[in-house]
Amino acid sequence: MATADDQFYREYILDHYKNPRNYGRLENPDISHEEDNPLCGDVVGMDFRVKEGVIDDIRFHGRGCAISQASASLLTERLKGMPLDDAKRINKDDVLGELGIEISPARIKCALLSLKVLKVGAYGLADEDEE
Amino acid sequence: MIEARALNVEKVREDFPILARRIHGHPLVYLDSAATSQKPAAVIDVMDDYYRRYNANPHRGVYAISEEATAAYESARHRVASFINAASPKEVIFCRNTTEAINLVRYSWGRANVHAGDRILLTEMEHHSNLVPWQLLAREVGATLEFLCIDDQGLLELDDLERKLEGVRLLAITHQSNTLGTINPIKAIVEAAHRAGALVLIDGAQAVPHMAVDVRDLDVDFYAFSGHKMCGPTGIGVLWARRALLEAMPPFLGGGDMIKRVKLNEASWNDLPWKFEAGTPSVAEGIGLGAAVDYLRGFGMDAVRAHELEITEYAYEALSEVDRLTVFGPPPSRRAGVISFAMDGIHPHDLATIADRDQVCLRAGHHCAMPLMTRLGVPATARASFYVYTQKEEVDRLVNSIKEAQRIFDGHS
Repeated sequence: MATADDQFYREYILDHYKNPRNYGRLENPDISHEEDNPLCGDVVGMDFRVKEGVIDDIRFHGRGCAISQASASLLTERLKGMPLDDAKRINKDDVLGELGIEISPARIKCALLSLKVLKVGAYGLADEDEE
Repeated sequence: MIEARALNVEKVREDFPILARRIHGHPLVYLDSAATSQKPAAVIDVMDDYYRRYNANPHRGVYAISEEATAAYESARHRVASFINAASPKEVIFCRNTTEAINLVRYSWGRANVHAGDRILLTEMEHHSNLVPWQLLAREVGATLEFLCIDDQGLLELDDLERKLEGVRLLAITHQSNTLGTINPIKAIVEAAHRAGALVLIDGAQAVPHMAVDVRDLDVDFYAFSGHKMCGPTGIGVLWARRALLEAMPPFLGGGDMIKRVKLNEASWNDLPWKFEAGTPSVAEGIGLGAAVDYLRGFGMDAVRAHELEITEYAYEALSEVDRLTVFGPPPSRRAGVISFAMDGIHPHDLATIADRDQVCLRAGHHCAMPLMTRLGVPATARASFYVYTQKEEVDRLVNSIKEAQRIFDGHS
């Protein structure tokens, strides 16, 4: 019975849950956005510093299940140093691929909460630029 | 007609076809009966028989199978009325579920009787189904909501009940919390409410399936419950109310079957209970609920409660011994077969996912009681709930799954 669990909660997912990368807040971020999933109480927020169209620095904060928090940690690693336009093109398959485990329909919102934060945050900034 | 049987859990399990199912070689450990119960073959069979042998619209046809359908559907109503000791089957309104029953009271009685400045008294432990309808009514008519608080054990604080009842038109309260398991002292609360001139609505969704409920002894005014949590099908629930109240209330939904005469610009209403049952009813579901009542009465509700108390005491003790695990709510003697808990460092959804790998069906989330989660200071809890078919071995498997989750999460630092 244990092996199936171990595969689901792979070591690197638990590692990212317990030792989240880029965890915390940025002072005066260019983008700051938070989303929650009221169904399970997961919260993820991200602060971005953008220099010349590139994500120069990023921090996330939040609380919730291992999947939501590990997903956010993994995503920040990927986003750091990435042009914002490329970041906007990240899709759910990219995020689920990075997690590398099979996510049941009931848990998909946990896995994709950080992507929602990125999308809403990044497109929010784009609107401001156009003004 | 009703076969009296001892509640032998091994034998009981044979009545539920789903419990024979194996997933990846493991038997199903179903610990989510507070969400919906499993169904015995006795219920599944009568519904199947209706569709195969006498499917017809009741209350309409003069032909044989319509009369059979009417007789079976109305017989179910009689049996439900007897089950809760209603004075008459006319007081038993079939509706979709507890939520619809409460909304019926909100729209019909509430709009006619709750006015600007009136107060509606609720509790912190209500399911959203006994909270949101009253929020909507209060907003609509300009009434205000007040709340009875809970203490740290998950019991209602009743010291200030009399003060909080001042100016209250309706007290709407759960008989048993779906999250904490707390069984509320309804009789004492009803006495106080009636002294203060308030009517009382009870959300009995978690009580009727698990203990003897006598609406006349409780002396309540409205009592709502669902079929699907008591071995019956989904899509059928009950609003019981005092006959005088029902007679005075305007209809809820308009349509066929709820009328006596219709002219182009007006109509008169059918007698109780049909005045509140517009449209073709859930016939098979009603018949199924009648069979569910017979099934439970075969054991007697005191035997059902005794079995669940035994399982709950066992589970409460087993879970209390797990490191870093917090059990919410009162001790087993004050609660029904529902245990909510949380584990330091492991979110309830992660616990439930790991339990699912062992085919242990555990609920995780806010259990439709978000204000209660706020009161407990947690985003969510895991919840195990029990019924007539629950075995101690299943509690053991739950505890093993929890320990497995700890092992997996502790293996990393």
